Amino acid sequence: MAMTMVEKILARGAGLKSVAPGDIVTVEVATAVVIDQNFMHNRMREPKRVWDPDKIVIMLDHIAPADSPMRAAMHKAARRFADKHGIRKFHDVGSDLGICHQLVADHGYALPGTVLACVDSHTCSAGAFNCAARGLGHPEMSYICATGQTWFPVGETVRYELRGALSPLLNAKDIILQIANQWGNHATLNVEFAGDGARGMSMDARRTLATMCAEISTEFAVFEADEICELHVRERNPGVEFEAQFADPHARYLDVRTIDLDTIEPLVAYPDTVVENAHPVSDATSVGIDQAFIGSCANGTLDDFEMAAKVVRGHKVAKGTRFILTPGSQSILLEAIRRGYVATLMEAGAVVTNSTCGACCGYSNGVLGPGETCITASTRNFKGRMGSPEAEIYLASPATVAASAITGTITDPRELV
Amino acid sequence: MSSNLRVEARTWKFGDHINTDLILPGPVMLLPFDEQPKYAFQASRPGWVNLVRSGDILIGGHNFGTGSGRPAARSLKVLGISCIVAESINGLFFRNCINYGLYPLECPGIANMVTEGDIIAVDYDTFEVRNVSTGDALPGKRFPDMLLDILRAEGIYPLMESRDMLEPPNPETA
Repeated sequence: MAMTMVEKILARGAGLKSVAPGDIVTVEVATAVVIDQNFMHNRMREPKRVWDPDKIVIMLDHIAPADSPMRAAMHKAARRFADKHGIRKFHDVGSDLGICHQLVADHGYALPGTVLACVDSHTCSAGAFNCAARGLGHPEMSYICATGQTWFPVGETVRYELRGALSPLLNAKDIILQIANQWGNHATLNVEFAGDGARGMSMDARRTLATMCAEISTEFAVFEADEICELHVRERNPGVEFEAQFADPHARYLDVRTIDLDTIEPLVAYPDTVVENAHPVSDATSVGIDQAFIGSCANGTLDDFEMAAKVVRGHKVAKGTRFILTPGSQSILLEAIRRGYVATLMEAGAVVTNSTCGACCGYSNGVLGPGETCITASTRNFKGRMGSPEAEIYLASPATVAASAITGTITDPRELV
Repeated sequence: MSSNLRVEARTWKFGDHINTDLILPGPVMLLPFDEQPKYAFQASRPGWVNLVRSGDILIGGHNFGTGSGRPAARSLKVLGISCIVAESINGLFFRNCINYGLYPLECPGIANMVTEGDIIAVDYDTFEVRNVSTGDALPGKRFPDMLLDILRAEGIYPLMESRDMLEPPNPETA
């Protein structure tokens, strides 16, 4: 039977000839990503034995370095877990610190055609590498670390054919806001991205789009693995073997939707959700902001730092506005320093922090107070997400956020650059 | 093997797209694990946690539990909620429900069939939901025995413990 990309990855993981919507399948996990949050309050109970220490990666990310004795104990438990079970891929506070989904990309941990598991809801990020990857919660990670197996319901798939290219200053964030506006929630559904528009996107841009699919509640979000993707993975895993999965020619889709990237305009999601809640940036220009933030697993990439530096070059951050940038990994920060982006941003008055989840989840480095308004290029704008439930969070692309930091109100970046 | 849940209890009704951050807000996760459940819906429905009784049923709209992988389902389980019946349940939240031993059920049409406070009966042998207050009934979406086995064990941890797969909890990170 002809299958979609996700169906083929799941069938392969399950050792089955085919799977179909409505099935529940048990699959082998190729990579398990364990993070600091798993160790907080023993949310992920420790298995007596792990199934394969070489297939488990541990990353301290949500709040690292530690900000409190409680978090320090959590990190200590992660280190002890790694030592005890012989897990060598351990990303501690140091030069390879970063946000887990960014590190999966930086280090090539996601192999095309395989299943990748992590507690965190933005795990769909690895779909950029043709992985069936999604957030699974803490208890499931305990079971996976013990057995290397998990289960998935097989949902229907929607295929997005992306055509053309985004205008300069736009970002994959604008694409997801357009999708969320036009087609709303995708709960229970898989999405796959294909077409010349998808192939023309950088791996950073693909990851932004795949990561943001958590916000429209997809089960899995995957891209085809083209030469750019395969090269990225091979450079980081010399000699590695994998089998990227492509949709069969007559695969059955719930829907096939075409998006002309050239027609997309800068969008901003209004507070509390991105679903059916975005407006043209030009409609929001009366909104004053206290803080502008760029970061997270969705927009902490080198592409994003480059864009932010380009927008603010020669300008100053507006008086009374805070502009905070948090890189997705320390290696991105180092490269952004080498390329001069960080100097440009700091000269404009921005604060650049170390890599961590930080303000995106309201943990550190830019938590919002009551009554404050923030525009953010991160993952999520739920009420209370970045701190006080009485703060308002607008969500947009890095260029829109950077332009807004300069003017102090929500601003179309095309007016500034 | 114990039998599947059959429960008859009063209902609390919530809307569409109820997210994990409303059930378990970020700053609350800094508090001791045992204290976290009492902050459920603090921002959207303050005081609700004091009204919940053990066994109560939560009715949700579409995409209940959207959001993060945090243990929000555990909070509702600890508060005594016996099951969640919703128009649809977010995939990650559904899995957390199963793994924390909180019975989930997707039941299209439930939001219109139930007014808050109605007594409803939910039967996980038949996956049928019946409104005892009005007499109306609806079929829920079945799920396989593999998942019912985890629920009957009260979640994945009790199941793993019964198979001697887990270390005792680490006291330093309790």
